[in-house]
Amino acid sequence: MAQSRLFVATPLRLALLAVAALLVLLALLVGWTFSETNAVLARQVARTVAADTAALSEEFERAGRSGLLAQIDERRLADPDAIFLLLAHRGGAQIGGNITYVAAMHDRTADGYIFRYARRPDSPERLAAATQRTLPDGSVLIVGRDIDEQRAYIERVRLVLLGGMIGVALVGLGSGLLLSRHILRRIDGMASASRAIMDGNLSGRIPRSDTGDELDRLAGSLNTMLERIERLMIGLREVSDNIAHDLKTPLNRLRNRAEAALRDDDGSTAWRDGLERTIEEADELIKTFNALLLIAKLEAGAVEETLEPMDLAEVVADVTELYAPAAEDAGFRLEHTAVPPIPVLANRQLVGQALTNLIDNALKYSARQVQPDSVVPAISISAVVLDGKAVLTVADRGPGIAAADRERALKRFVRLEVSRSRPGTGLGLSLVTAVAQMHGGAVRLEDNEPGLRAILELPLDPTPRPAALVKPSSPAGVKVEA
Amino acid sequence: MRVLVIEDDREIAHFLQKGLKESGHGADLVDDGEDGLEMARSGDYDVLIVDRMLPRRDGLSVIQTFRAEGHRTPVLILSALGEVDDRVKGLKAGGDDYLTKPFALSELLARIEALARRSAPEELETRYTVGDLVLDRLSHKVTRAGEPILLQPREFRLLEYLMKHAGQVVTRTMLLENVWDYHFDPQTNVIDVHVSRLRSKIDKTFGKALLHTVRGAGYMIRDGAE
Repeated sequence: MAQSRLFVATPLRLALLAVAALLVLLALLVGWTFSETNAVLARQVARTVAADTAALSEEFERAGRSGLLAQIDERRLADPDAIFLLLAHRGGAQIGGNITYVAAMHDRTADGYIFRYARRPDSPERLAAATQRTLPDGSVLIVGRDIDEQRAYIERVRLVLLGGMIGVALVGLGSGLLLSRHILRRIDGMASASRAIMDGNLSGRIPRSDTGDELDRLAGSLNTMLERIERLMIGLREVSDNIAHDLKTPLNRLRNRAEAALRDDDGSTAWRDGLERTIEEADELIKTFNALLLIAKLEAGAVEETLEPMDLAEVVADVTELYAPAAEDAGFRLEHTAVPPIPVLANRQLVGQALTNLIDNALKYSARQVQPDSVVPAISISAVVLDGKAVLTVADRGPGIAAADRERALKRFVRLEVSRSRPGTGLGLSLVTAVAQMHGGAVRLEDNEPGLRAILELPLDPTPRPAALVKPSSPAGVKVEA
Repeated sequence: MRVLVIEDDREIAHFLQKGLKESGHGADLVDDGEDGLEMARSGDYDVLIVDRMLPRRDGLSVIQTFRAEGHRTPVLILSALGEVDDRVKGLKAGGDDYLTKPFALSELLARIEALARRSAPEELETRYTVGDLVLDRLSHKVTRAGEPILLQPREFRLLEYLMKHAGQVVTRTMLLENVWDYHFDPQTNVIDVHVSRLRSKIDKTFGKALLHTVRGAGYMIRDGAE
């Protein structure tokens, strides 16, 4: 991972922003705490000093200068932090008190001074806060307190708070960098995986960290999408392979027949025969193309405006009636049950064609089954309303389709090995699927034990119009045996 | 019969013209919608064959305008488009029949002959007769040589359609469309079986066959002596 990219990465920018905001807040908090602590301590000192000054002034009035000096002596023993100084007059000589040396004026407060002092000339200098009062005899009384420790405490508090802020900034920056690197690494992993997929490795997947976080969830949904794309691509490849095969074979056959007819010296009869068979082959190819175009059109969903309210039971009755004689000639009994009305919003032509394809399949694939006794094999067609859906079923007693192949059998051009030799476009079931999807329904293949049961589900018409359903029709509802 | 072919694909147009002439019809060709509409208005044609997609004026617009002006000449629409909704649109625009390309010439000939016959005022006929076969459209009774023949409702409609077009070729898809109202091509020859059942009822016990199979095209009902 390039270092420069780390610093333009979104996570780091966000971390920096968060740290900066935190620092501003912290600075405000620290500043307030600091000044408040300072003020409280200063007020405390001022109060003590004021109380001492008042008491001493009172003593002076009561007992005069000697009483005051005695009181000072008493107090300085009781309170080692107290500072007393009595001057003869302003700027005059020291008459009494417990300090001997004022080193320097340090600061001025609202009602007094802060200055450096020493108890004796050789002792270390300390800080004191004091006020002064001129007594009635002209002498000046200075009362104060040592604030050196207080100042040191405030200084320590300030250092700790500043240090804390620097610590927060460092930890914030560090974790921002780490987080940023971590996320960048995972995103880079995703990016390189998707590049590999774009380069053609369709089975590649986005790596996951198994922590189940939001990046994993993103990777999960991307992987689901990739799986779908891969399935579609495989399907497409399969379709093109099958198109190539299924269209090339009849085209070859067509060409060979035409050539053979042309070579035939017999002349007109052979030519006519060859041309007729050429037309037949061409017609089959055209049928295949038409089916492909129709499926494509249905999948594009461009025909929804052709849906109209109708009774599915009627279509079942009609188509069964249409197929019954042909089925009988092929050695089958076609039975149907459908209790009208089964109101659906559908395209009658498409639903009819889907049902036709299912019956065609049933006839075609169960035709060569050897029947153990002379029972005429039945193909049953039924339409019922089940769980709020119109369910159309075509069931035969033929060889059926193995469970593993059923889903594949619904796809375009997929002709299972057993059926490759039979005539047909290989598009019958995929057309049924497309019709179902276009109507918002679905197709399923099931085991009929024995045989195949093809189930076409269509949504019921949510607002059936009674008038459209009371059309007189063939006696549907009663079992018709053809 | 005089036919106007409005089609811009020259190869298909000439294929149609040749086929129509060989079947004894007169055919005029025109290759765009505006000229086609002009000729359809002025000419005295029995049937128009109109391609869906034409230069200068779309086929559907030609038909709509032509119908709006009150002309009743039957129109067959030719289209390369798929059949799901285009067919409905074509018929709504005023077309009488719809054929998807590519098509067999025999199918097209059968359809335009059926169309030309339809424009004759024979819808009012209540009884069709072919030889000694009689179909009464009101009482739904069928007799041959005076003997009543019992038919299922669908068989009756099948025979009715065939007899309405007596002497003309009727294709399997025409039967599927007009008798069952389905516009697709079933894989199995379901129509043949229905026709052969009908044939066994109306022809078998009577010496002379009336319902004939026309090879490579379809069926025709006619009195052999005609």
